[in-house]
Amino acid sequence: MATVKEMRTRIGSVKSTQKITKALQMVAAAKLRRAQLAADAARPYAQQMSAIISNLAAGVSGRDAPLLLAGTGGDRRQLVIVATADRGLAGAFNSAIVRAARQKITALIAEGKDVKIITVGRKGRDQLRRQFGDRFLESHELGLKSPTLASVKPIAQQVLDLYMAGQFDVVTLIHCHFKSVVTQTPVAKQLIPAQVETGNGPTALYDYEPDEESILEALLPQNVSVQILSALLENQAGFFASQMAAMDNATRNAGDMINALTIQMNRTRQAKITTELIEIIAGAAAV
Amino acid sequence: MAEKISFDLVSPEKLLLSGRADMVTVPGTEGYMGVMAGHAATVTTLRAGMIDVSSDGKDDRYFIRGGFAEINATKITVLADEAIPMSDLDLAVLDQRIADAAEDEIAAKSDSERQRAAQYLEDLKLVRAAF
Repeated sequence: MATVKEMRTRIGSVKSTQKITKALQMVAAAKLRRAQLAADAARPYAQQMSAIISNLAAGVSGRDAPLLLAGTGGDRRQLVIVATADRGLAGAFNSAIVRAARQKITALIAEGKDVKIITVGRKGRDQLRRQFGDRFLESHELGLKSPTLASVKPIAQQVLDLYMAGQFDVVTLIHCHFKSVVTQTPVAKQLIPAQVETGNGPTALYDYEPDEESILEALLPQNVSVQILSALLENQAGFFASQMAAMDNATRNAGDMINALTIQMNRTRQAKITTELIEIIAGAAAV
Repeated sequence: MAEKISFDLVSPEKLLLSGRADMVTVPGTEGYMGVMAGHAATVTTLRAGMIDVSSDGKDDRYFIRGGFAEINATKITVLADEAIPMSDLDLAVLDQRIADAAEDEIAAKSDSERQRAAQYLEDLKLVRAAF
């Protein structure tokens, strides 16, 4: 049985943990708002871009379509980009992405594909390295600043260079889709060959300046950067939402624990006093 | 009064401007073009240069470093790689960019890269001259 003093120290330590989780929760909430705004602000550009690409792709078919749109024709050599966060303390956020990545990679390997991996974010690298370390091409870290187009350019450029050098047939990006503050689901998105929404039928007929091919050639690489950027921005919003929820839980748990410990401590103290009283009374009665 | 055209200026990070204008002048790859309501549907690439948004006799100007524009009869959307309002742009920034572009041209690895850097440098100098 723990003594009253031990219990008091224990309560003190749980209290300071609670302070930390509470502070982290509030920081995450503040950052979440900013990250959400950033993710929302980036959406119009990405949407417009895919709309233009869809339009163009309908016109440029088959024979002279650029490599980034048409693909190499095969699908044996796969590149998987896994985007997670740099930090933990965010519930199942990183694990969920890593689990999705692991499933995807294992499935691809089982199909006999040749899989290589690029990770973005420290947590993804740490968790995947054990199992797939020999398949890593490169690991990027996010750093402290929120992602911008300039900061994702090097990653996109590396992917494009590898693709253009004929190293890969298909490039897939796995990240977390930010549905709402409470639900984020990991998704896999095919980056190259570019996926085109079809079935909308030919929308407006456009004039192209200079011409379809050169516009596509400029658009498609840009699209890769933009897709990675929007994935990272969504990831960031998802991370903070997840961290906020996790820290909220932790704070509540700490509160419950403090209550339970306090009751236990009071009982012990009371029991000790009662025992002492009985001893004194018994002693007095004996005289 | 002629009809207005709606105009969106978006960069990868945010929506910079969304409004209506009488005429928007954009730096197309094959020359500056003025776009008014009723323009033929066009998609064009843009080079570095100035966007001029005139509305009710007022002119707003933005510097962009390349991008795309999608135009139809009622709407023009500019997807800029980067856009800076003219009021935030000063010569020092521009000169710095010109110096960077010149370095890029020298450091370029392939012919196409060098050509692109040279083009960008050229465009920047034009903007500086107009400043």
